[in-house]
Formats: sequence, structure tokens, C-alpha cells
Amino acid sequence: MGNTVSNVIKKYNGDETRLMDILMDIQSELGYLSDWTIEQIAKALDVPKVSVEQTVSFYHFFTKEPRGKYTIYLNNGALAFFHGRDEVAQAFEEAAGCKFGSVTKDGLIGLFDTACIGMSDQEPAAIINEEVFTCLSPEKAMAIIAGMRAGKTVDEIKGAKFGDGQNSNPLIQSMVNNNIMKRGEVVFADYKPGSGIKKAVGMSSNEIIQLVKSSYVRGRGGAGFPTGMKWEVAKKAHGDVKYIFCNADEGEPGTFKDRVILTEFPYLVFEGMAVAGYAVGAKYGILYLRNEYRYLRKYLENILEQMRDENLLGTFIGGKQGFNFDIKIQFGAGAYVCGEESALIESAEGKRGEPRDRPPFPVEKGYLQKPTVVNNVETLCSVVRILINGSEWYNKLGTKESKGTKVISVSGDCAKPGIYEIEWGFTVNDILKMVEASDTQAVQVGGPSGSCIAPNEFPRELSYEDLATGGSLIIIGRKRDLLKDVVLNFTEFFRDESCGSCVPCRALSGMSKVILERIIEGRGTEKDVASFNKWHSIMRKNRCGLGQTALNPIVTTIKNFPEIYKNKIKGKDDRFCPSFDLEKAVADYDAATAEAR
Amino acid sequence: MTKKIVATASLAGCFGCHMSFLDIDERLFDLIEIVEFDKSPIDDIKTFTRQCDIGLIEGGCCNDENVHNLIEFRKHCNVLVSLGECAIMGGLPSLRNWIPLKECLDEAYLNGPTVADCNEKKIIPCDPDIPKILDKVYPCHEVVKIDYFLPGCPPRADLIWNALYALATGNKLDMPYEVFKFD
Repeated sequence: MGNTVSNVIKKYNGDETRLMDILMDIQSELGYLSDWTIEQIAKALDVPKVSVEQTVSFYHFFTKEPRGKYTIYLNNGALAFFHGRDEVAQAFEEAAGCKFGSVTKDGLIGLFDTACIGMSDQEPAAIINEEVFTCLSPEKAMAIIAGMRAGKTVDEIKGAKFGDGQNSNPLIQSMVNNNIMKRGEVVFADYKPGSGIKKAVGMSSNEIIQLVKSSYVRGRGGAGFPTGMKWEVAKKAHGDVKYIFCNADEGEPGTFKDRVILTEFPYLVFEGMAVAGYAVGAKYGILYLRNEYRYLRKYLENILEQMRDENLLGTFIGGKQGFNFDIKIQFGAGAYVCGEESALIESAEGKRGEPRDRPPFPVEKGYLQKPTVVNNVETLCSVVRILINGSEWYNKLGTKESKGTKVISVSGDCAKPGIYEIEWGFTVNDILKMVEASDTQAVQVGGPSGSCIAPNEFPRELSYEDLATGGSLIIIGRKRDLLKDVVLNFTEFFRDESCGSCVPCRALSGMSKVILERIIEGRGTEKDVASFNKWHSIMRKNRCGLGQTALNPIVTTIKNFPEIYKNKIKGKDDRFCPSFDLEKAVADYDAATAEAR
Repeated sequence: MTKKIVATASLAGCFGCHMSFLDIDERLFDLIEIVEFDKSPIDDIKTFTRQCDIGLIEGGCCNDENVHNLIEFRKHCNVLVSLGECAIMGGLPSLRNWIPLKECLDEAYLNGPTVADCNEKKIIPCDPDIPKILDKVYPCHEVVKIDYFLPGCPPRADLIWNALYALATGNKLDMPYEVFKFD
């Protein structure tokens, strides 16, 4: 064991900022990170044990206990439950003979929950030893466990039926499907690898920044910051070294567009990073990829290798003097908050993914305190297209303030879930028609951190000026219990994913869950509902977007579906807290004294 | 001006808040000019005789009798005030909240050094006449609605006087920082 630790650390030159990779490599060798292992790592890196411990404890996929030879991480997001997660989970438990959150006695199989794994259009889905299993059913669950008992490899259990497009590529061979239902002109149009870089080398870095600015392209991760402006600031920022990050940590439940883009158009993304590097004067690029998409690793690394061979990465790119750029892939380890750019940078430095105080912004002091641009996968694709087709072409697409297209991940109660690339300006109604949804109760726009809208708002259009979205639409049919199936699930999600740094987020996300459950049980009062709105304004003071939006599932439904709350609290006298249950409170005493009675 | 009716109680508390109340000293004479007491340890009236304007609750709820008492106060008092740390947050008694009730009872009646040898029949007291212990100590506002909270362990006499005076006369509460600053 000692050898494993020292070998891995040697591989990363004892660099403590590579702690994420070090931990992941050691864990994949040893199965888990014991106290002893953590101590060895700390010694070898010459850092306090707690520095290693705090990173290990932060991420879902690091574990201090063995999680079985086969580890099943079954998504517990709302969409999984929409499509029969309960039955699948039960089948896994019965077949394996252990409950979720534990490992079988023989140490063979571990069953664990995990947050949305980016497969919302093919749920229920699970990750088993880094392989993704989609569209699970109780029968499939039983077959999977039987395969494990028979000693099959995960590849054998997975079978040979692979998904569409590049998912069947020999380097991926996954059952995941792209489900690209509508291709637009920007991201999903045909692309000849290398054409972006070819165009870039004919331009100066200033020309590129001006072009990107004149296209008015805005960040596609959700915040919508103008990309050209970000690049310009980064270019002007002082720093001997600068970095380009591509944010592929899409953890927002219901979002899976970046997975599909990276599967089908990796060149477009990587060239976008190189172009960004050229424009701002950065030589290093890092693709921060969520651990859930680790099954794409070999494929993406091979593409990077090909690009080096084709002189699209490396030195003198495209024959241009001074155009030097290379990309490495940094994996996360399961933490939604790392989608926030400064948390992502912290994580890439091997630390807990806690958002930083800003300013300074990453463009001035980012990765390793150097100027850093963080762009979303889709943003980088858009930039390459703009380079090739020009900003005038781009400006013709979309609306006045929202140029271009948006790739939307559609999931939930509709006939055609999947990926849709639409021009900005489509209304929710347009989309519902396109995806063949009927009897829709509500639409969750932009994932749990966005808003849940009612039919009277379906005529609204998707755009930065009206309904902004990072790209997810979850369609909620009338048969769903909105409070229990959706709002409670999202609230639990935020409670689990809060990094705990800001007090309002840490405390109120947990309390909200307790009170929401109370309301659902019929023990809530008007005051409980009112307190959510009060807390929401306190939450705005949190440091990052997670904390600021963690109550959105509740407050947007209070606003748009007031009747579902009213029905639950009707007739409750809040002078006598209906939440207090005397019978329950004396039950322990009754049990302790049952014999004497 | 008609006098306001005040009721007070000590639930799972130590009577320290009531002691602090008495610390308003000679202002007690001013107080009885503006209020009259109903159910309270101060005049030893055991049951409510009428609807009251103001109720002061010391202590949280550690047993079912506390709960019934508190509910009676809520029914009979137009304004209900949590007086002191135990009423507001459970206070010292709530230190047991981290320990399962069964363990507490076992330690207190079966295994503790002062009882282990003499409780031969291993009896945990239980009789219709004695209150049932709750699974944990609850602050008052988790059992009934509380209108105001006066912090402190105990709240300072000045704070209690100022608050009662304000509630009784309808004047604005004079609450200088010093009366609730503890560090």
C-alpha cells in the first residue's frame, strides 16, 4: 500500500495542487482512502493531514470506507424517480441483499445514492465502476447483480449494445444515447476539425477579441457574462502565466448538453479553448470534467493526442509563431458546487470546492493566482463558429439581446426528451410542442436553481431578457405531486450539495427541507410558508450561486403555484404549532417504561 | 387605565428568570400600579381565573406536563413571551438532546453510581401521577406560537421591566444594547 502512495505521488512530482488526481489514482488502486493512506499521502506531500482529509471528505466519490468490488451509484434526482427509480432501487437492494448506503457482507457489491449524473433523458441511470448504465428497470437491476455474483466484468455485464453516434466509438463503447433531436446552426452543424484554428492563425489576438465582442456572445453556463469582455480583461490582466478553463462540470439536475457536445464535437470545444488561449495569451488549457463523465476519458484524451499530431495543439500551432497551447483534463470527484467557476478553480488546485470571495475575479487571480478564463463548453463552441462564419451571421440568429442559439436539455414528461439546439426567442409553448408534451403541469426552467413556471407563463420566451436558462428544461406532467416529487427532491439536493461555507446556505438549506417535509405532511402553517420568502432574501447574501438560488424551487412554486401550499396549510392554527406531535415526543419514554406499566 | 393581566410560569427552568424578575426591586410598586397577576408563582394562583393580556414563560418543555401547561398559557394569554435562554433555546436542560432518552433514563435510574446498588428492581419511575419525559427538550416556540423573546440567562431585570412596561402601557420598548449584550 505504501508503494502505491509513493508511486502515485512520484507520478505527479509531489505536487500538492494535483491532490484530486493523486487521490483518485490511489483510490482506484486501493478501493478506498483509509486514515492510514491519508496520513501517508500527507507525509509524502509534506502537508498537514487535515489538508488531505478535508479534500477527501468534500467529494462524493472519495470514500474512507470500502465501497465494494462493484460500486453502484444510482441517481437519486427527481427525473430518476419520474421513471421508476423506487422500483429499480428496491430490485437492487433485494438482489444484492443490502440497503442503499451500504456494502454487502462479502464486500462484493456497494449500493450508493448519487446526485444527477447527466442522463436525465434516459433515467433511471447509474454509474457502476465508472461505466454508465441507463434506462434501468427492476429486471435489468437483477440481471446486473446476477452478473456481479457470477464474477463478470462490468464490460461483460454492460453488454455490447452501444448508444448512438460516437457513444459506439471503440474508446467509449457506452450504452449512453445522445438523443440529438434538433440540430441548430451553431453547435450541432457539420464541422471540419481544424477549421477554427486555421481561421484563428490568420488573425491577431485583438482582432479575435473584437470579433467575439461584436458577436455579443454570452456565457452559456447560465450567468450570461459577455465572453468578449471576459477575454479582454484576461488579456489585459498582469501575469506571466495565464490559463483557459473549460467548465464541463454540468451538475445542474436536468442538464446534459455538455456531455453530448463533448461526445460529438470535442474538436469544436478544444479548438475553442486554443482560440481563447491565443486571444488572451494563455498557453495552458484545462478541461474540468465532472467525474460522472469519466467514461469519456480515453476518447477525449485520444482526441487531444490526435490534435497534437495534427498540430492543432502544442507549439507553433497552425504554423503560427508564438501560438503555443496544450490541454489537460482535470476530473472532479462529485460536487455540484464545483460548477461555480471559483469553486472549480479551487478544486482543480486540489482543495475543497468552496467558492472564493470575489473580487478578485478569476480573470485577474484565478488558477494558482494567475489570470484565468473559465468558459462553458457551449460558449467555446459558439466562438469557433463565430470565427468561421463571422459576427454578422451570428447576430442574425436569436433575439435583440440574446444572440445565437442555445442547446437545451429536455427531460421529464414528454414523448421526445433529448437535446435541442434552438435559436433564442423560442417560447416555452414552442418547445413543449416540439418535444410532444401534453398535460403539462409545470416546467422547471434552468434546473433547480432556475424557476418552476406554470402554464400561464408558457408563452414566455427563452432569452437573457426574459427567461434565462443554462440549458435545462424539465417537464412536469399533471400526474406528479409537484411538492413531493420535485420541490422536496430539489431542496434535498441543495442541502446535500451546499459546501457549508456561508452560514445562511448551510443552515437554511437544511431547515427548509425539514419545514417543507412538515408542510407536505400537513403539519405546516402559513408562517412556515412566509418564512421561506424571508429566508430567500437572506440567502441572497451567500457567496455563490448555489446558496443564492437554493430556495428557488420553493419560492418560485410559492409564487407560481400558491394553491398547492394553501391546500396543505388550510385550517392549521399556527398558535399551536401543528408540527409538534406530543404522542411522538413521549413515545421513547413509553417504550422505556413499557415493562413497568 | 385598566390594569393589564399578567400570568407567569416556570417550565423546564430553574426559576432564575423569576428571580431576575424580582430584581426589578422597588419598581415592583410601579409595576402593580399598571398590572395585576393571575396564574403565577408570584401570587401562587394555581389555575387561570380569566383571560390574560400577557404571559411570561420561563423554561422549555422537557415533559408532557410542560406541554399541557404551555398550551394552557397560549389559550389564556393574548401575548406570550419566552423569557430567557431555556424558553428560547432549551437551555441547560437541552444538553441531553444529544443523548437518546433511554440512555439518559438508564444512567439516572439504573446505572448511575448513586442508584446502581439501591434500585434492585431496576425500575424507571412511571406512574400516571408523574409527567412523561419527552424525547428531547423543546424550546417553547416549537410547541406554541411565541410572540416575543427576551434573551438572557437570566434576562436582566432592566430588560424584563422595560418589556413588561412597554407591553402594559403600549409604549415603545426601550431596549438599549447593554441589556441584551452578553459578551
